[in-house]
This record gives sequence, structure tokens and C-alpha cells, in this order.
Amino acid sequence: MIDAPLTGTRPAVVQERRPGRLAGLFHRSESLRGYTMLSPTMLVMAVGILAPFIILLAMSFWTRQGFEFDTTPTFANYARAMSEPIFGAFLARSFWVSGIATVATVLLCYPMAYYVAFHVHRNKMLWIVLMTLPFWTSYLLRVFAWKVILGYEGVINSALLSMGLIDAPLEFLLYSQTAVIITLAHAWAAFAILPLYVSLEKIDRSLLEAATDLGDGPAWRFLRVTLPLSMPGVIAAVFLIFIPTTGDFITPALLGGPDGAMIGNLIQLQFGAVNNWPMGAALSIVLMLWIATVALVFLLVTRKAQERLA
Amino acid sequence: MTSTDAFIAIREVEKFYGSFQAIANVSMDIRHGEFFSLLGASGCGKTTLLRMLAGFESASSGEICIDGQPMSEVPPYLRPVNMVFQNYAIFPHLNVRDNIAYGLRRLRLPRSKRHEMVEEILDLVKLPGYGDRRANELSGGQRQRVALARALILRPKVLLLDEPLGALDKQLREQMQVELRRLQRSVGITFVFVTHDQEEALTLSDRIAVMAGGRVLQVDTPSRLYEAPRSREVANFIGTMNFLGARVVSRANGHLRLDIEALGQLDLPAGGTPLSEGDRTCVAIRPEKITLHKDRPGGDAPALSGTLEMTTYLGERSHFHVRVPGCDNSFSVSAQNNTIQGGEGQASGRPVWLTWRDDALFVLGKD
Repeated sequence: MIDAPLTGTRPAVVQERRPGRLAGLFHRSESLRGYTMLSPTMLVMAVGILAPFIILLAMSFWTRQGFEFDTTPTFANYARAMSEPIFGAFLARSFWVSGIATVATVLLCYPMAYYVAFHVHRNKMLWIVLMTLPFWTSYLLRVFAWKVILGYEGVINSALLSMGLIDAPLEFLLYSQTAVIITLAHAWAAFAILPLYVSLEKIDRSLLEAATDLGDGPAWRFLRVTLPLSMPGVIAAVFLIFIPTTGDFITPALLGGPDGAMIGNLIQLQFGAVNNWPMGAALSIVLMLWIATVALVFLLVTRKAQERLA
Repeated sequence: MTSTDAFIAIREVEKFYGSFQAIANVSMDIRHGEFFSLLGASGCGKTTLLRMLAGFESASSGEICIDGQPMSEVPPYLRPVNMVFQNYAIFPHLNVRDNIAYGLRRLRLPRSKRHEMVEEILDLVKLPGYGDRRANELSGGQRQRVALARALILRPKVLLLDEPLGALDKQLREQMQVELRRLQRSVGITFVFVTHDQEEALTLSDRIAVMAGGRVLQVDTPSRLYEAPRSREVANFIGTMNFLGARVVSRANGHLRLDIEALGQLDLPAGGTPLSEGDRTCVAIRPEKITLHKDRPGGDAPALSGTLEMTTYLGERSHFHVRVPGCDNSFSVSAQNNTIQGGEGQASGRPVWLTWRDDALFVLGKD
């Protein structure tokens, strides 16, 4: 009973809590906690994105043998993608169409986001919700809506005909690249408005006043302060629109006609009617590499431009 | 003051936000090369007035002239003024050099000349070699210097400062006060400084405009504002002041015969006050101009007797609150601690007598 005087001095209820070794590590290590929080997402990413990607990558080195696959690794699909001009042409057209659509969307959405960020003082959220309202309907429905508007007997043509401004329906409206660009620009507008709005909203108003105070009129102030500070939003908007629209196949299939078909349609054909999955996989990989390249170039160019303007 | 030495002339300026009057008929002159402060509690219109000088707000009526030029039609980016913002408004996407050189764009200088000017001004604000730092790598005091340099490099006719020291801690604030003063002297630019801190205004300014409720109460030098405030509001805002209610009995030869509460009838110089017989007013005296006696003083000088209510020990000096019969408020008395015996005989409740030099008591304007 040597311990007796010692234990006597200490209240019996206060028992030292001994956390397990793991729990202790968990509390001390911030990165461990971070990874724990990330892990559900990482799991989904690994299973849902990485695994299919690896399969796609592997498949792109196979070849079709009737209805079977020849799994001997070969670059034949890639060689074909590079040698046959149709693939290059479709790829170039995809970049062209989605590039124009991206630029148009960002240019059209920037003023809207700017207006809400700087000139709307009450019910901002309502404005944002109203702007995203069209996106509460399905993508397919919106594509068909544009078909109704742009068609031979659609809203625009019949209006122009009845007013006597044209004698025959305008053919370039539907089943053309124009139709695809218009539809894509409209369909993806919400993805531009939101990041643009967020980046503009964050800009401290006193910075704009400081620029004015230092001698910049509205135009210079926009170029030297507002635009550079909203660049993260612009870049996010460009990526959010450019990347998915390049591979889009629904809009070009429904509205593109012969001139409007894009690389997505070609890839879809490989997995569908043509039934050449390895070729489709190879085209997908090629498309992805090109998108990554274009994105990188875009990032570098904007960074350089920002430095120049400063 | 004649209007010839008015470098900034503010003439009958009013500003309404809807039906709310932010600035009520303000007229004043600011001289060339002066360190001028707008002092007042928050919401008194001082920042609005400063922003009118900068051009961010337009006057509802009246005119502001800077160096003889009417400003109402001049947009802020063409005005010969620059501003140091309350939060400094350093451009986060630019480094220190580009921040400071921001306003030089219009001068179309070669790059080397621009850099030379930036280095020069960085030396002036004591930040040599900081050109390549990014805005987020600067401390509060450094950001403030960058903001100052960015405005000063353009050699404005007037530099506007919107509570630039508010965000700094006490020690840094005092250091920056000294430097601001030094800087203003060395560049010789007219400074218009907005603050709610009376001590800061007194330390820095050549002249101060005390503002309240959109009006300018008094424009004067720091010592005149402290020694001879013209109204109770000003006297209350700058330092501590004791007031005694009074009524004018008669006025003759520049002197007023006053009936003062607790003191009886007394003659005081009228000063510039527009008081006449029968007016109700106040007389005032600063706490440090009162002498505290433990025993009834001799002589026939006016004295007040009262009881000591509370003693506050403040290190170099002590503060006493004395209740005087016939007065609504207790008297504040301040004394250096070399004149009193610390702790001894300062018990509350004991009778004390208050005396002062003849010129310490003065009369304020109409209530």
C-alpha cells in the first residue's frame, strides 16, 4: 500500500484518458485528417474515373478481330488516327466549334456576371437562380427547343418570312456549325456565369476606386484591375465549357447536319455502329491529350498576357 | 481668412442620400502645404467630405475648388488629388513596384525611368529593396507605406488620407504619425487627413476641422481647439472638459457678467461669443487647470468646495472626481503625481477645495 497516500491526493473521478495511439496520431497530424476527409471522394475518383481510364488506355492498344479483341499491344490505332485525314479534320473542327462556342459564351456571360456582381445590391441570389433557370430543364429538351427556333419552319424563319424580309427559309440556321455553336453557347452559359460571378464578386471595391484615383478611366481600370482579378473565373469558365463541349456529340448529332459533326460523333460511331472499340478508345485518348495541350497553352498565354498588362 | 490663400475652397457643399443629409452646408478653406484634419465620430460626414474631394461622391449642391479649378465636372481619374485608402487597397495581383508605378502609366515614361522613380520613392517611405515583394508578403505598416508611395509618386496637389493609421497597433501608429509628419514636411504637399482619433489629429495637424452630424463645428489649430473651443460639442470631443451652467447678466466692454451655478456672479472676457443679456450658456475649464486643495485656500479668488468621490491612479498622473453641491455633473480634476502624496489623504468622501488661474475658466457660445 505504498501508493495509498499518492492516490489519496488525487480525486478518484479524474481518470487520465488514454487515447489510442491511432487516435492520438489522428489528432496531431493535420494531413492525416485532410486525407481522411478526402478519402470518400478519392475512392469514387479511383473507382469511377481512374479504373475506366486505365481500361480505355489499355484498350486503345488493342485491335478488333471480328467481334473479339486482339489484346496484343500495338500502336496501329494511333498510327491510323494520325494518318487518316478524316480524324484530324474532325478534331480540328471540334476545337474550332467549341472554341468559338467557349469564346462566345464567356463574352456573353461576362457582362451578365459583371452586372449582378457590381450593380445588383439586393436579391443577388435570386438573379443567379434566375440566370440558371433554363438549366433546370434537360439538356436534350433545350437542344430540341433550339431546333424549334432555328428550323426551316421554325420561329426565326417563319417570323422573317411573314415580315417579308426573306423569300425562302434561311438554311444556314439549322444543321450547320452555326446551330451547334449557338446551342452550345446557350447550353453551357450557367457554367460560365457562376465562376465569373464568384470571381467578380470577390473583387474589393476599394481597388477599383484606387485605380480610378491613380488616373485610370473606366476602360483602363477594367483592363488593369477588374479583368486580371477576375481571370481565375475566366479561366475556370473557359475550361468548364471548352473541355466538355469539345467532346460533345448530342448537339452536333441533332443540330449539326453534315458540316456540324464533331469528333465526339466519330468516337460514338466507333463504339456503336462501326463497332471498333479499340479505335474509339484510341481516339478518346488522342482527344484528351489534345485538350490537355490546348488547356496548357491557354494557361501559359493568359499568364503571359497578365504579366504584360501589369 | 481671405479666399486668396484657399488652396482647397469648399463652398456651401451639401450632400443628400435620399432624404438623409450627410453633409450640411459646409464651407471652409484649406491652405497650400497644410496638414489639415477632418475630425469627428463615425458617421459625422468626414469620410463623405473626403470622398467628395477625391471625386467618388458628388455634392448635391455647392462647389469644391482645388487650386482655383472647380471640381464638380472633373472625374476622379483626372483630379490632381490622390488618396490613401483606409484598407490601403494594394493591388493583390501586382508586386510592390508595379503597385507604386500604377499611376505612372499616363506619363508614358520609359521603363528604366519608371523603375528609378519607384526606387526613389521607396527610399522616401523607408522600404528600399521591397520592389519585388508581392502585396500579400507585406505587414500592415509596410502596406501603408506602399499606399503612401503609390499616391505620392504622382506628386498630387493634395493627398487625401482616409484613417490610414486605424488598422495599425498603437506602437506602429505612433511611429507612423511621426513619419507622416516628416513626409508631409519634406514633400510639401497639402494633406487632408480623416480621423476619429482626437489625439492623432492634435499630434499631426496644422489645423483641424471638427465635424458632427454633417456640419463643421470649428476649424482651428490644435491648441486653439483645445484651449478655446467655441461650443460644448467641440470641448467635449477634444479631451475632457468640466462645464458649469451659466446665464448672462449683462455685457459691457467685451466682458460678460455671468451668473454661474455653484459659483455665483463672475466677470469673464466675452471673446468672440455672440452672447447677450439673458442668454443661457456654459463656462468650461479643463481638468488639468484645476488645483486640488485639502484645506480651504486663503485669498478671495473664486473657489469651489466639494467632496472627493473617486481617485484613479494613472501612473504619471491621477484623476479625481469631485462632487460639487449645486452642479449636475461631478468635476474631473487631473494632477501630476509629483504634486500629491500618493495614496495619502485621497480617501473618498473627504472635503476638498478647487481653485484655478483666472484665465483657465472661459465662456462657450450659446447652448
